[in-house]
Amino acid sequence: MAALFDARGVTKRFGGLTALQAVDFALESGIASIIGPNGAGKTTLFNIFTGLYPADEGSVTFRGRALFGLRPDQITALGICRTFQNIRLFANMTVIENVLVGMNSRIALGLWDVLSHGPRFARTEADLSTRAVALLDRVGLQANANDVARNLPYGDQRRLELARALASEPALLLLDEPTAGMTRTEAGALMRLLRELVVDLGLAIILIEHNMRVVMEVSDRVTVLDHGEKIAEGPPREVQSDARVIEAYLGTRGSAPQRARRA
Amino acid sequence: MSLYSVLATAAVALSSLAVATAPRSVLAFLAFQGALLFVYLARIPTWLRVGLLGVALLLLMPLIGAFNGYYLEVATQVGIFAALALGLNIVVGLAGLLDLGYVAFFAVGAYSWAIFGSPHANVIFGGGFPLAGAWFYAFLFVGLFVAAITGILLGLPVLRLHGDYLAIVTLGFGEVIRVLANNLDKPINLTNGPKGITPISRPPAPLGLPYGEYFYFLVLLIVVVVVLVNRRLEDSHIGRAWEAIREDELAARAMGVPLVRMKLLAFACGASFAGIMGVLFSAKQVFINPESFTFLESIGVLAMVILGGMGSIPGAVLGATVVTVLNLQVLKGLSLWLNELKNAGVTVLGYSLADLPTQFEPAKYERMIFGVILVLMMIFRPQGILPARRRQRELAHLER
Repeated sequence: MAALFDARGVTKRFGGLTALQAVDFALESGIASIIGPNGAGKTTLFNIFTGLYPADEGSVTFRGRALFGLRPDQITALGICRTFQNIRLFANMTVIENVLVGMNSRIALGLWDVLSHGPRFARTEADLSTRAVALLDRVGLQANANDVARNLPYGDQRRLELARALASEPALLLLDEPTAGMTRTEAGALMRLLRELVVDLGLAIILIEHNMRVVMEVSDRVTVLDHGEKIAEGPPREVQSDARVIEAYLGTRGSAPQRARRA
Repeated sequence: MSLYSVLATAAVALSSLAVATAPRSVLAFLAFQGALLFVYLARIPTWLRVGLLGVALLLLMPLIGAFNGYYLEVATQVGIFAALALGLNIVVGLAGLLDLGYVAFFAVGAYSWAIFGSPHANVIFGGGFPLAGAWFYAFLFVGLFVAAITGILLGLPVLRLHGDYLAIVTLGFGEVIRVLANNLDKPINLTNGPKGITPISRPPAPLGLPYGEYFYFLVLLIVVVVVLVNRRLEDSHIGRAWEAIREDELAARAMGVPLVRMKLLAFACGASFAGIMGVLFSAKQVFINPESFTFLESIGVLAMVILGGMGSIPGAVLGATVVTVLNLQVLKGLSLWLNELKNAGVTVLGYSLADLPTQFEPAKYERMIFGVILVLMMIFRPQGILPARRRQRELAHLER
């Protein structure tokens, strides 16, 4: 059986810079983390997975379906959704409207339904409201449903991004540094929430994260990227003690890190 | 009855009485408009608000028109521009796509009826034209569809453009349509060039209404429909998707908003309102030429949207009213008044106004004062007169 998500030989070049070099990444279930120093290509990988960038080489399949060539909204409709490293909420819309936009790919109403305001429209809108409130409840933002997103504190904005991504009913969730800027308590609560999502909804999650405690605690598997190449992969503890990983993060003793680069 | 209810009713009654007793006074008519705005904004029960506005627009306004026909013309123009502003509001206010050539869609609608509703079509097709006046109603929909398709045709090549670049391309598009209208008298005479098309048929007015009243009511009906359509679009997943695109296009795509379809839908919806009003405009004017569809008109409609409050339906209507009334009445009245002072030889600080050189002709100030008003508005109230309010979603099971 094919894996839920399977990326093979993904390569991406920006001009002369190779951002990703033949990266393989597969996920069946659970939480997989991608770590690596700044500029390692983690976010670029997400942008390729979600169809925001075209890849130069390689292939990505989701539930056996090739993703390259699909538009971002088609990929979302298939069941992959993401959050962003630098929060990208719809700042001037309310909290619940943000979540409702996330449901866009699950709404089967046409222009005529909207203009005629028929029973189908009313039923769908009521149903969307209920589901949106349930999602806000899950991330702890139900009391802020009608607040403007821009006015939320930072940690709440991150959780709203999560709720908005969940609104598209994904099978695979891509989270780009979801705990950045959060306090230790907040980060801990978020990780418990992610675990819940995996258990309750059977969600698979790919996590980009800098907070090593979080990564080691929550991940089933860790992939390490450095300069666009995968340098290690495995259970958290194994990866932690990998010599190449330590070198990538800390540099070799006594010399500036010198890495051979294939361009 | 609350104080506001009494005040609102009294304001409408007194101001319409004032117009009846002094039908030539611009101030009385302004008071009437002010009373309507007060009724809209005051804290009064909804039934009273709807009732007062209904009586004022359906009964009092046509009556006022019987005293002074020009006021009905002003009201009709306000309605036409309100529909245009509402259409542009979808494109600019909701979807955030800056369109500087919006009047092109108005032109497309206007020409679609002008050509077939006048003897001019005989030049192209040989004979059988103009179409009977009753075809006008069908052409309201033809204009709507033709403009919507034009909107999609404009939308397709500019899908990848944002902000300034999009603005420049739409500006060019607006000019292209005007230049086409100006030059398509050869090789086939489609538009009759700068000479314009006349006479354009009018539909037979029902119940023997005078045409002034007839077009007023028709415009009112269309504006009501346009407002309704606008509200329903805004309060649906379509409106939310447009706003998401305005807020963050990349995030909107990643959240499952089909960008191409939604942008084209915004262009098509916005254009269709202009198309339908274009058809009406050509019938009302009986004569159209490319001069009615200049760049300045596009900017005027944009000013209405921004002045009223981007993304706000009441704002667009109010913006259309303010700009139209300013241009047609207030600034004209002001320059007439200044002219009278000048002709009467009034002296200010020992200087006789009659000695003013012709460069300081009061009529020349009109545009300048309008410009100053726009500048002051943008400095002191950049969000517009009636800015869009966030809709508070009713969540029954949500106790705060």
